[in-house]
Amino acid sequence: MIGFAVRRLIAAAPTLIAVLTLVFVIVRIVPGDPALVILGDQATPEAIAALRARLGLDRPLHEQYLEFLFASLTGDFGTSLVTGRPIVSEVAAVLPHTLDLTAAAMLIGTVVGVPVGIWAALHRNRAIDVAARILSLLGLSFPVFVSGIFLLLLFALHWRIFPVIGNADLADPVDRLHKLVLPAITLGLVMAAYITRVTRSAMLHVLSEDFIRTARAKGVPWRAVVWRHGLRNALIPVVTVVGLYVGILIGNSVLTEIVFNRPGLGKIIVGALNQRDYAMLQGLMVIYCFLIVVVNLITDLTYGLIDPRVKHA
Amino acid sequence: MTRAAAPAVVPVSPLRRAAARFLANPTTGIGIILCVLVALSAILAPLIAPHDPIEQNVVEQLRPPGGDHPLGTDYFGRDVLSRILWGGRISLIVSLTAIAAAIAIGGAIGMISGYVGGRFDTFVMQVMDVLLSFPSLILGLIVVALLGPDLVNLVVAIGLTAIAPFARIARAPVLALKERAFVEAGRALGYSHARILFVHILPNILSEVLVMGSLWMATAVRTEASLSFIGLGVKPPTPTWGGMMRDGFENILDAPWLAIFPGIAILLLVLGLNMVGDGLRDATDPKLRAE
Repeated sequence: MIGFAVRRLIAAAPTLIAVLTLVFVIVRIVPGDPALVILGDQATPEAIAALRARLGLDRPLHEQYLEFLFASLTGDFGTSLVTGRPIVSEVAAVLPHTLDLTAAAMLIGTVVGVPVGIWAALHRNRAIDVAARILSLLGLSFPVFVSGIFLLLLFALHWRIFPVIGNADLADPVDRLHKLVLPAITLGLVMAAYITRVTRSAMLHVLSEDFIRTARAKGVPWRAVVWRHGLRNALIPVVTVVGLYVGILIGNSVLTEIVFNRPGLGKIIVGALNQRDYAMLQGLMVIYCFLIVVVNLITDLTYGLIDPRVKHA
Repeated sequence: MTRAAAPAVVPVSPLRRAAARFLANPTTGIGIILCVLVALSAILAPLIAPHDPIEQNVVEQLRPPGGDHPLGTDYFGRDVLSRILWGGRISLIVSLTAIAAAIAIGGAIGMISGYVGGRFDTFVMQVMDVLLSFPSLILGLIVVALLGPDLVNLVVAIGLTAIAPFARIARAPVLALKERAFVEAGRALGYSHARILFVHILPNILSEVLVMGSLWMATAVRTEASLSFIGLGVKPPTPTWGGMMRDGFENILDAPWLAIFPGIAILLLVLGLNMVGDGLRDATDPKLRAE
C-alpha cells in the first residue's frame, strides 16, 4: 500500500506543475496591464511602475514563471495586495469553516445517496425507483444559491429554526453545528442527488454481471450477494464520482458561503474579486490546485483499498 | 388485381428506434415541454411581457404579487414577470453560444488528438485533464473577473469550462473509428485527413456529442446564473435571472418574491434540460437498451 501511495504521489507531480502553469497563463492572458487595472486610470506612471516592480511584472516572463513555480511548490503563495498579509494565513484563518461545510456536505451526500441509490436499483422501475430518479434529477437541477435561498426563507425566516447569519464561533461546538445545518443541507442535497444516480446505475450494472448470477446459483443468500458482491464492485464508480465531485463541491461552497454569509474560501474569493486583488486570486487558485491534486490522490488511494487489483496494477 | 401484402417486418433505422425510445419516456416529454415553454417565453418576451423590463417606477416599488404585476415589482418598481421573461434570453443566449463553441472547439481538439495519436495525443489530453480538474464555477469566476463582466466574456468563460469534457467525449470513439475499414478506404482513395475526419468520422460521433451538449446546457445555464448571482454577469439594468436573485436576496426580508420567482425560472429551465439530456442519453446508449 505504501509503495502504491508513493507511486501515485510521484505521478501527481506533473499534473500539479501543469495546473500551476495554467494558473500562470490565465493570470497573464488578461488584456492590459494588471498594475493599471489595479490602480485605475488616475494612477501616476511612478505608482504603476512601483506596483509592476512589486508584482515582478517588470522581469522577463520565463523568470517570473520559474519563480512562481518555485514559490508555489515551496508553499509560498504570495501576499495579499490589499491587506499585505501572507495569503496562506488569510486562508488558514477561514479554512476550518470551509472544511466543516464541505465535509458535512459529503457526509450528507454519502449517507443519503448510497442507500437510496442501492434501494432504487433493487426496486428497478417500481415506485421507489421512479421517485428516487425524479427527486435526484430535481436535486441536480437546483443551483445551490437557489436552494440555499429557499431553505433560508423557510427555515430561518419563516419558521426561525436556524440562524440567518452563519458566522460560527469555532470554539463552541454547539454553535458551530447549529450554524452548519442549513448550509450543509444546501450543499449536501446536490451531492446526495449525484451519488444516488451514480450508485443506482453502478449497482444495476454490477447486478447484471455473470458473477452475481454465479453467486446466486451457488446459493449465496440474496442479501450477501447484494452487499458483499454487488456493492463492493459498485463502489469504484461511486468513489470516482465523489472524488470528481469535490471540485464541484468546492465551487458550490463559494455560493453557499455567500448565501449564508459564512466566512470561508468563497468569501475570500469574492472579496478579492471586488478589490481586484490579483495576487490573492492567483494564490487562491494555486491553493485550489493543491486541494484538487490531494483529493485526486486520496481518490486513487481509496481505489486501492476497495479493489485489490488496482494496488498491483 | 390484388397485390401481395407488404412484409410485416419493416426494417427500422437505429435512429428511428432511438427517437421512438426518446419519445416514449414520460420525463423526456415533460422536459421538452419545459424547455419549449422557457424558450418561447424568452423569444416572445417583447410581445408578451406586460411591462418594460428596465423602466423604473418609484411609485410601484416592492409591490407584492397580484393585480397589474402578477409576480410583483422590485426595488425600482420594475415588473418581475417582465424581467423574468426578458432574463430568459440572456440565459439561453449565453449558454447556447458557450456550449456550441465548446462543442466546436473541444470536439475538434478531441477528434484531431485521437486521430493523430501518439505523443501529441498524450500531451493534448493531459492539458485537457488539467482544465477538467478545475471546478468549473471557480474557473468561470476567475476568467470573468479577469476579463471583465460582459456578455462575450461570460460566453468565453463558460465555454472554456466545457471544452475539456467535449474533447474527451469526441476523442474516445475516434480512437476506435480510425482503425475501421472505411477510414482506410478513404485513405486509399487519397482523401485528405481533414475530409476523413470531418466528412467520414464526424457523423459517427455526432449523436454522442450532442447528447452531452444537452446535459452541459443545463450546467451552462446554472453557471451563468451563479456568476450573475455573484455579480459577474451581464451588467444591470439588463435583467438576468441570477442578477434578479441577487437583488431579491438583498431585499429578502421585505420582498421574498423577488428571489423566489427567478429561482423557480432557473430551476424549471435546468430541470427541463436535464430531463431532455437524460432521455437522449438513455435513448442512444446501447448499453442501457438491454436493461
